[in-house]
Amino acid sequence: MKRAKSVPLALVINLLLVIGLVCMAAPFAWMLSTSFKGTKDIFRYPPQWIPSRPTLDNYTKLFRTVNIARPFANTVITAVSITALSLLVCSMAGYAFAKFDFPGKDVLFMGVLGTLMVPGQITMIPVFLLLKKLGLLNSYAGLVLPGIASAFGIFFMRQFIVTLPNELLEAARIDGAGEFFTFNRIVLPLCKPALATLGILNFTGSWNNFLWPLIISTDESMYTLPVAVASLAGQYATEYGLQMAGSVVVIMPIVIFFMLAQQWFMEGIAMTGMKG
Amino acid sequence: MQRRARVAYMFLAPALILMMVFVVVPVVASFVMSLTDFNIRALANWGNARFIGFGNYIRLFGDELFWKALRNTLYFVGIGVPLAVTLSLLLAALLNSPLNRAKSLFRIGYYLPSITETVAIAVVWRWVLNSRYGILKQALEMVGLDSPNWLGDPAWAMPAIIMMAVWKGLGHNALIFLAGLQSIPSTVYEAAQIDGANGWEQFRFVTLPLLAPTTFFVGTMTLIGYLQLFAEPYTLTDGGPLDATLSIVLYMYRHGFKFFNLGYASAMAYVLFGLIFVATLLTMKRKGEEVTFG
Repeated sequence: MKRAKSVPLALVINLLLVIGLVCMAAPFAWMLSTSFKGTKDIFRYPPQWIPSRPTLDNYTKLFRTVNIARPFANTVITAVSITALSLLVCSMAGYAFAKFDFPGKDVLFMGVLGTLMVPGQITMIPVFLLLKKLGLLNSYAGLVLPGIASAFGIFFMRQFIVTLPNELLEAARIDGAGEFFTFNRIVLPLCKPALATLGILNFTGSWNNFLWPLIISTDESMYTLPVAVASLAGQYATEYGLQMAGSVVVIMPIVIFFMLAQQWFMEGIAMTGMKG
Repeated sequence: MQRRARVAYMFLAPALILMMVFVVVPVVASFVMSLTDFNIRALANWGNARFIGFGNYIRLFGDELFWKALRNTLYFVGIGVPLAVTLSLLLAALLNSPLNRAKSLFRIGYYLPSITETVAIAVVWRWVLNSRYGILKQALEMVGLDSPNWLGDPAWAMPAIIMMAVWKGLGHNALIFLAGLQSIPSTVYEAAQIDGANGWEQFRFVTLPLLAPTTFFVGTMTLIGYLQLFAEPYTLTDGGPLDATLSIVLYMYRHGFKFFNLGYASAMAYVLFGLIFVATLLTMKRKGEEVTFG
């Protein structure tokens, strides 16, 4: 009796999920498909899902005429630098908050958490002026520096390091290990899972960051991928094949990264969910 | 003990200095700037900026385009947030069903849009929404509907942006809900079943109250994010047609970084900050009421 009832329900649930999944996937498929089409096949209705005359012209143009390799390199350099420096700086601060007692600790920690409420738009203008004054517009330093220290990163590392056993740290101290040795050789290796999760969040976040690079990079040679694609979409407004190829170059590396490191991404969601 | 404190400060120093320079001081500085007429002349020489008290805020009050941007943003938030929360909760319930036949495939598939870069995916959506060749037109025709001129019609441009934003964030929110759903112990449902609650009643009187903290979290985060709407209208419509999709941040960006009216733009940033602050407080108050129930 129960079985007879649950078969149609299972059908409905899975059907709804499949329809939703098609809605999720269709824009991606459409992007890939269009990026391999020539102009004639692009402007065709009803649309052709599998290109009848596939071509690499859009990608060739993307690399030759638009020189997408430069923004690609800029994005990689920026995202890697932010991720590495942020992991170091945030785990150091997290370690201090987790395992040390010092005057002003609670006030400082609340202060750090308080900055979570500040939207980026508030700090953007003075930071822009400061970096302009320092001559750091259109530089990697300008792209990277403001993104290193994050309240979330510090909080996240603190929560993880608090759970590490004190005995381990004490033992190192008794053996005469210096503070930085203890941090480097004992704390950091134990933090690997947290560093992986935070690193992935940081990397994806800075790869996808748009507003700050848009403001700080006024020179084409310092564009990051999102800025380059936005400019491409303005400059070649009707060349949809070229635009789709550009989007593929921005989106696919993160998608592939996600496929490879899925488990850590999922952990990241569970952790950000915990923040509430 | 003294020495331990010194070591702690050493570990803290890089993070605190960076936060001081890039967050704390700028928060104060931008408020001070919002009280000046800092413009393109002051950009060359900061001494050219004059103190004008609350002049920028008074000017904002009379700026029709700002009101338009505010209304547009509230429209986006007012429709977008409830829609995003409801749909992702619904999706989470479906994903959580024991009858779901392909758990990891669905999880990955639905999550994918949320890791994509907004500008690149908006460029794709502009093509999806194309009123002559787009696939959305094709999909609507399949079910017998006409496709509006999404991005060219002031009445449809904002709904199109809401559609894209909800589509993009759906999977991320659903996975947070899913974690919330899975943390509800099955014994609670068993008790409800013994009391004779049907499926809908279980959802209404067990799931929803116990899920309130998650709903609050997802709702607040979506609200804060949506109030900062920028990349979507920047890419899809540049605020048009007829300013129908001009958002607060887009308007602020124009004044700040197109015309370099940085004082005026700072005042807008502070109004946005105030909105975010009030919105967070309001949802917190709601949360207090709901939690007593769970």
